[in-house]
Amino acid sequence: MNASPDHLVQMVNDIAGFFDAEPDHDAAIAGIENHLRKFWDPRMRRKLIAHLQGGVAEIAPSARAAIARL
Amino acid sequence: MLSIVEKDFGTPAPRPARLWKNVGMRSGGDVDVAAKLVTLTIDGREISVSEGTSVMRAAALNDINIPKLCATETLDAFGSCRLCLVQIDGVRGYPASCTTPVAPGMKVTTQNAKLAELRLGVMELYISDHPLDCLTCPANGHCELQDMAGAVGLREVRYGYDGDNHVYAKQGGEANPRFVAKDESNPYFTFDPSKCIVCSRCVRACDEQQGTLALTIQGRGFDSKVSASQAEDFLDSECVSCGACVQACPTATLSEKSLISMGQAEHSITTTCAYCGVGCSFRAEMKGEEVVRMVPNKDGHANHGHSCVKGRFAIGYATHTDRIYKPMIRAKITDPWREVSWEEAIGYAASEFKRIQAKYGRDSIGGITSSRCTNEETYLVQKLVRAGFGNNNVDTCARVCHSPTGYGLKQTLGESAGTQNFDSVMQADVIMVIGANPTDGHPVFASQMKRRLREGAKLIVADPRRIDLVRTPHIEAQQHLKLRPGTNVALINSLAHVIVTEGLVKEDFVRERCEIESFDKWRHFVGDALHSPEAMEAVTGVPAAQVRAAARLYATGGNGAIYYGLGVTEHSQGSTMVMGIANLAMATGNIGREGVGVNPLRGQNNVQGSCDMGSFPHEFPGYRHVSDNAARDLLENAWGVNLLNEPGLRIPNMFEAALDGEFLGLYIEGEDIAQSDPNTQHVTAALTAMECIIVQDLFLNESAKFAHVFLPGSSFLEKDGTFTNAERRISPVRKVMKPKSGYADWEITQLLSNAMGYPMHYTHPSEIMDEIAALTPTFTGVSFARLDELGSIQWPCNEQHPEGTPTMHIDEFVRGKGRFMVTEYVPTSEKVNAKFPLILTTGRILSQYNVGAQTRRTENVTWHSEDRLELHPSDAETRGIKDGDWCGIASRAGETVLRASVTERVQPGVVYTTFHFPESGANVITTDNSDWATNCPEYKVTAVEVTRVSQPSEWQKRYREFSERQQELLEARDAADAR
Ligand code: SF4
Ligand code: SF4
Ligand code: SF4
Ligand code: FES
Repeated sequence: MNASPDHLVQMVNDIAGFFDAEPDHDAAIAGIENHLRKFWDPRMRRKLIAHLQGGVAEIAPSARAAIARL
Repeated sequence: MLSIVEKDFGTPAPRPARLWKNVGMRSGGDVDVAAKLVTLTIDGREISVSEGTSVMRAAALNDINIPKLCATETLDAFGSCRLCLVQIDGVRGYPASCTTPVAPGMKVTTQNAKLAELRLGVMELYISDHPLDCLTCPANGHCELQDMAGAVGLREVRYGYDGDNHVYAKQGGEANPRFVAKDESNPYFTFDPSKCIVCSRCVRACDEQQGTLALTIQGRGFDSKVSASQAEDFLDSECVSCGACVQACPTATLSEKSLISMGQAEHSITTTCAYCGVGCSFRAEMKGEEVVRMVPNKDGHANHGHSCVKGRFAIGYATHTDRIYKPMIRAKITDPWREVSWEEAIGYAASEFKRIQAKYGRDSIGGITSSRCTNEETYLVQKLVRAGFGNNNVDTCARVCHSPTGYGLKQTLGESAGTQNFDSVMQADVIMVIGANPTDGHPVFASQMKRRLREGAKLIVADPRRIDLVRTPHIEAQQHLKLRPGTNVALINSLAHVIVTEGLVKEDFVRERCEIESFDKWRHFVGDALHSPEAMEAVTGVPAAQVRAAARLYATGGNGAIYYGLGVTEHSQGSTMVMGIANLAMATGNIGREGVGVNPLRGQNNVQGSCDMGSFPHEFPGYRHVSDNAARDLLENAWGVNLLNEPGLRIPNMFEAALDGEFLGLYIEGEDIAQSDPNTQHVTAALTAMECIIVQDLFLNESAKFAHVFLPGSSFLEKDGTFTNAERRISPVRKVMKPKSGYADWEITQLLSNAMGYPMHYTHPSEIMDEIAALTPTFTGVSFARLDELGSIQWPCNEQHPEGTPTMHIDEFVRGKGRFMVTEYVPTSEKVNAKFPLILTTGRILSQYNVGAQTRRTENVTWHSEDRLELHPSDAETRGIKDGDWCGIASRAGETVLRASVTERVQPGVVYTTFHFPESGANVITTDNSDWATNCPEYKVTAVEVTRVSQPSEWQKRYREFSERQQELLEARDAADAR
């Protein structure tokens, strides 16, 4: 019931869920990166990055790679 | 009674001409231009009309008015009253002009002594069984029977009134067996059989126009009479109160109650319905500043003279006593409201927003635009946010309904909108309806669709619930794919699998029009046996043979058109499904001409428009991303400020940011997020956390209970502007009365902007539209003057398409080549288990509108006075629940209580409800799962358990207490006033 970063993790995993169907792994990562840039407020991106740096989260590998490029 | 300003040409325009021309039709006359012309002579005048026109219509088009009673332009000619007889050289007898088509060289005489005698005879018979209380009759002034008596020169009735009749309750002191008393059961109109002339216009209107077939003529000859269903009263019959019969009736037999109480209107103004995405054009028939009736506009391009109960009758909310006309403020939401002047309210609001920005940063405030407000108003709110607040924190309620449509169609086709106009359905051979309930959600379009289905088009319905369309009079769906909620993508992939593996792809279309690389990838993907209907049957619950049959029918049955609604978008894979639909249409070549296409049925009146106007945090007007430098330069120059190139917060993100203490001021125009958004408890927590909420609305809605500033808005009757419907059709909204609070909504936004230090100086909404046109490539040809000229315009409207664009993607897709997207089925994380074994899905019904703030304040509650939970008899039985019992519905998010409605409409394991009443709290149980791409909430799938209970839920008790407290705080305002 609060604004936990877990929700952001769930959202980025959902996004990865779509792009992971793409057979070309690099294209999948680029798709996720592009989506986060185009649709996420920078605050959300920053919060997600901070959260990932802070510790472990169950996050799709493609999403992790995409976030690293932000 | 027909509109007071429309001319009735008696019979419809011949169909091809009417269908193929879409814009620029202002009057019945222009419609006929396109088709082949026939020249004939009527009363010595040479006349040319298109082939297929009736003699009656040909005459009327040239101002030769042949008497008539049973004919009217919206219905096929019937030829029963014999009043319209004419003489035709070389033809024996006296043919009826309404049923006789024109022929080359025909010579017609409409008036001579013999015809006059015949007509007089007909009228005399009619009048001998009709009361003579014309002076006190509600139809007086516009009664066709009276007019015809005048036209034929009726001076006496030789038969007297003592014999058999339907007019008087008593006959020779005894009760008259033929007399039937007035039926006043419908809240909006009355049926007075004593005035009926049995012309059957009402029956035909209900059949042909509405498609409900609620009325019949019982008996024969003199005994015949009109009755609703099985001689029930109107309210208990099949009647859906669309009003078509009331318009069609030439006498006072069917009359609006408002007409009876107010008398005839004296002027009429053409405007657009403010309820749903069909966007029906109406004539507001007025007496001064009071609306007597709303009559559907015969020349309306979306509705062609038809309407539903909401737009036709449910406008009482606009003058309801709950409306608030004075601005109010309060420092805390636990304080009583204080009525203040406009200056003080606006000044307070602006100072609070400035204070919050100074303390928490520029990005700590934002705004929400409304799909109920006009394009001009929406444009202004987003401009205020982007230019005045200096951030991109603007979003709209389309977020919670059709945002996946925008995303999915843009990715595949290149434009965030439906591809057709409504009339296109009349060319469709196979109609596929996915997750939409047109008869309830888009009633007037549903009537048109049903007309096409009665003509023989095939129907495929994909819906977990047996919607009405599956079986209605003379219509039966070929396939009803009763899928489990949440498995749309699995279903669309298996449909695609059949098309790909059975060689049903339109190869030449794909090769010429689409990105071949993306197609190959997609073909490979869906061709995998994993996606076969047989493999997917366990997931979707739809028998494989049915999926195969449906795919074959759609791909090979001629023109295939897909219509979809919120059952597609409001899922965790909403955007994926929209792309899946576009894939299917492209692969079968069902796009880019009339009769086919991908058609989102938009919910609210201006959902399309609010999206077009740049209501999304990542897009400027015209769907240009905020990072698009050219677009930003253009706007920065025009608006004289720097604009941010990064997306702002979407509605759910605003709530999260509020709980984080980073987002504390919100301007909400005409929206009720506290009721319409999912996971109510989360939303209310976020709203409570904010420091200044400004609500601009007609009523103290659910969100206003959390507000600090209330700015009284105006109804659609009180302002000028435009709405854009589901077919991209921009239609005029016209002010028929002064704003009751003093200002129209666009003026209020302007006041706020000026107070915030970003000046705006519009004097009329037409200037706002001019600005939109100057800055948006798809709108360059749009202006109020052009709209007056053409009646309505479908965007894109620019140099290439000066009259608008009924069908999109004709020669190429907006994005160039169509792009296929790989659509992997990812099951929702919202899963049933032992604790929550049922799936709840939500929807809406005909008589109520969305959160119901308007319709709940009209007589429409006669049909739907509470939200109910539908559940299957087997699920009800195992839980000991009977029809009408109170039952508790619990999900992972919350709990509420509704009354049960036990029905086989839903499948076992699935329960269903609507969310028109706030106290139902349907959104207390929905979760904050959302579409991966757009965060559109997953309203359609929630795992729940249902139990029999005897009292309201904890939430409902708290809700009631809070609402009562807020009501007291509102009333405390009145008390302060009185002092
Ligand atoms: S109001 Fe509409 S549905 Fe009802 S009887 Fe008349 S035409 Fe039929
Ligand atoms: S109710 Fe009106 S429309 Fe219907 S048959 Fe009677 S007169 Fe004609
Ligand atoms: S609610 Fe929709 S269908 Fe009904 S009259 Fe209004 S626009 Fe037309
Ligand atoms: S109007 Fe032609 S027969 Fe009635």
